[in-house]
This record gives sequence, C-alpha cells and structure tokens, in this order.
Amino acid sequence: MTAQALIHFPKKAKRGEVIEIRTMISHVMETGFRRTQSGEPIPRNIITTFTCHYDGAEICRAQLFPAMTANPFLIFRTVATETGKLVFKWTGDNGFSAEETAAIEVE
Amino acid sequence: MEQAMRPLRGWTRRGVLRAGLAALPAGAALTLIVRPAEATPEEMRDAIKKVVGDATINRGRVKLDIPPLSENGNSVTCAVTVQSPMTAADHVKAIHLFNEKNPQPNVISVTLGPRAGLARIDTRIRLSDTQTVTAIAELSDGSFWSDSANVIVTLGACLEDNPT
Repeated sequence: MTAQALIHFPKKAKRGEVIEIRTMISHVMETGFRRTQSGEPIPRNIITTFTCHYDGAEICRAQLFPAMTANPFLIFRTVATETGKLVFKWTGDNGFSAEETAAIEVE
Repeated sequence: MEQAMRPLRGWTRRGVLRAGLAALPAGAALTLIVRPAEATPEEMRDAIKKVVGDATINRGRVKLDIPPLSENGNSVTCAVTVQSPMTAADHVKAIHLFNEKNPQPNVISVTLGPRAGLARIDTRIRLSDTQTVTAIAELSDGSFWSDSANVIVTLGACLEDNPT
C-alpha cells in the first residue's frame, strides 16, 4: 500500500519571505496499545520520523510518537531562499518509507 | 456444625458492611496504581527531564494554543508558537510536546533552525483523557521555555470500537 501525501505551500515566493508548509500523509498510526475483540494486542505501526530538505539542507525534522493522530499532519515554516526543490520524507515501523518532492520558485 | 453456623464473635452483618465500605476507596486507589497503560504526571516529568536535563525550565516565550474543551480526543488541533528572532545567533532549536495521561508521555519533537524564519508548528494530537499538555522550546542559547494548557476531553482516544 502506498501512502498518499498531501503537501501545500505557495509555489512562488519572494526572497526572504517566510512560507508556511502544510504536510499530511495517509497512515493508520496504530498506537500499539489497543487490542482486538479477542484480546490480542495490535502491534504498533506508526511513522516515527519526518524530514524536510530544502536544496539538500535539512530545514525540519520531527520525531513522532503514538500520540499523533492517524494521517499525521504538521505545519512548519521556512524562509524562501532560492528557487529549488523541497524533499519530504517519512519513515516508520515495518519499513515504512514515503518520499515527495516539490519545486519552489523564488523571485 | 452448629458452631460454624453461628456468626463469628464480634462480626455483625452491619459491621462487615461498614468495614467493606471503608475499604473501598483504598481498593480503588490500588487499582489506579496497578493500571498499566497510562502515563502519569511523574512519567511526563521524567520524559521532560530526558530532553531538558538539569536545566531550569522558564515560563513564557512559548504559547501553546489548544482548545480548552475537545469533543474528540482522537484529533485535537494544537499550535505552539515561540517568540524568537530566528537568527543564526538566537533561534529555537526544537519544540517538544508532552502529555500526562496517554499511555506514553511524548507526543512530537520537532527540530527547527534559523531557516524556519518563524518558530511555530501546528499539528493534531491524540488525547486519551482530560489532562494537561505541555510544550517545551529549546533555544540556541541552551535555555528552555514552556507553556502548559489543560484540555477537557469528552470522548478520549483509544475508546473507539476495536477493530475485529
């Protein structure tokens, strides 16, 4: 199952402007604390790490815990410095990995 | 046989009931201690200590925006804003979120830098019960700042129907 990621930020920005980057990815974020009706524990399955690189430099890194909602959602900011690309990466339990790339144009 | 049927000396029905009632709060307190899957304010303090170490945590500079009343603990929107110029010399290095009653005290830790421009994160978290949520900001000068808010949760996370 491939996870679907939603990324939203202004595609064009002025140099030095602080832009808002909204990210959300489809994921159950199973806490590992729940049980099935027959009483068996449901193993943990969460996204543990999120990173965002802007032209290769890390601008945001997050460590996630089971207390994050399903389909984890995070908004952060960055200064628009150069025209380039943003790479978003999520990794987690059971070898979960997802990557998205988006371009930004800076005037 | 006849001996056994007689009530024990000093044990009246009324007395036994009264003793049972008196023991109830003690019993209830015991079950609370034994309950495994719930963090306590102490566990939150320990988790905070892991991040902060021996540094003192100052009040102020951080603002935790979270609704005081939440109907659904499965998704509680919250925002943490830190007052900081976000320059190379003076910026927020990380923002951490903690809770006191979920099974685990950590919620999220976000590492930022001067390139963020604005020290603010917005996210959605799960809360299992009415509790206090704490945000801690780690600054580039090594100081820590925090803000806490109490959230009343009507329907806690983890209470939804179990999957079959």
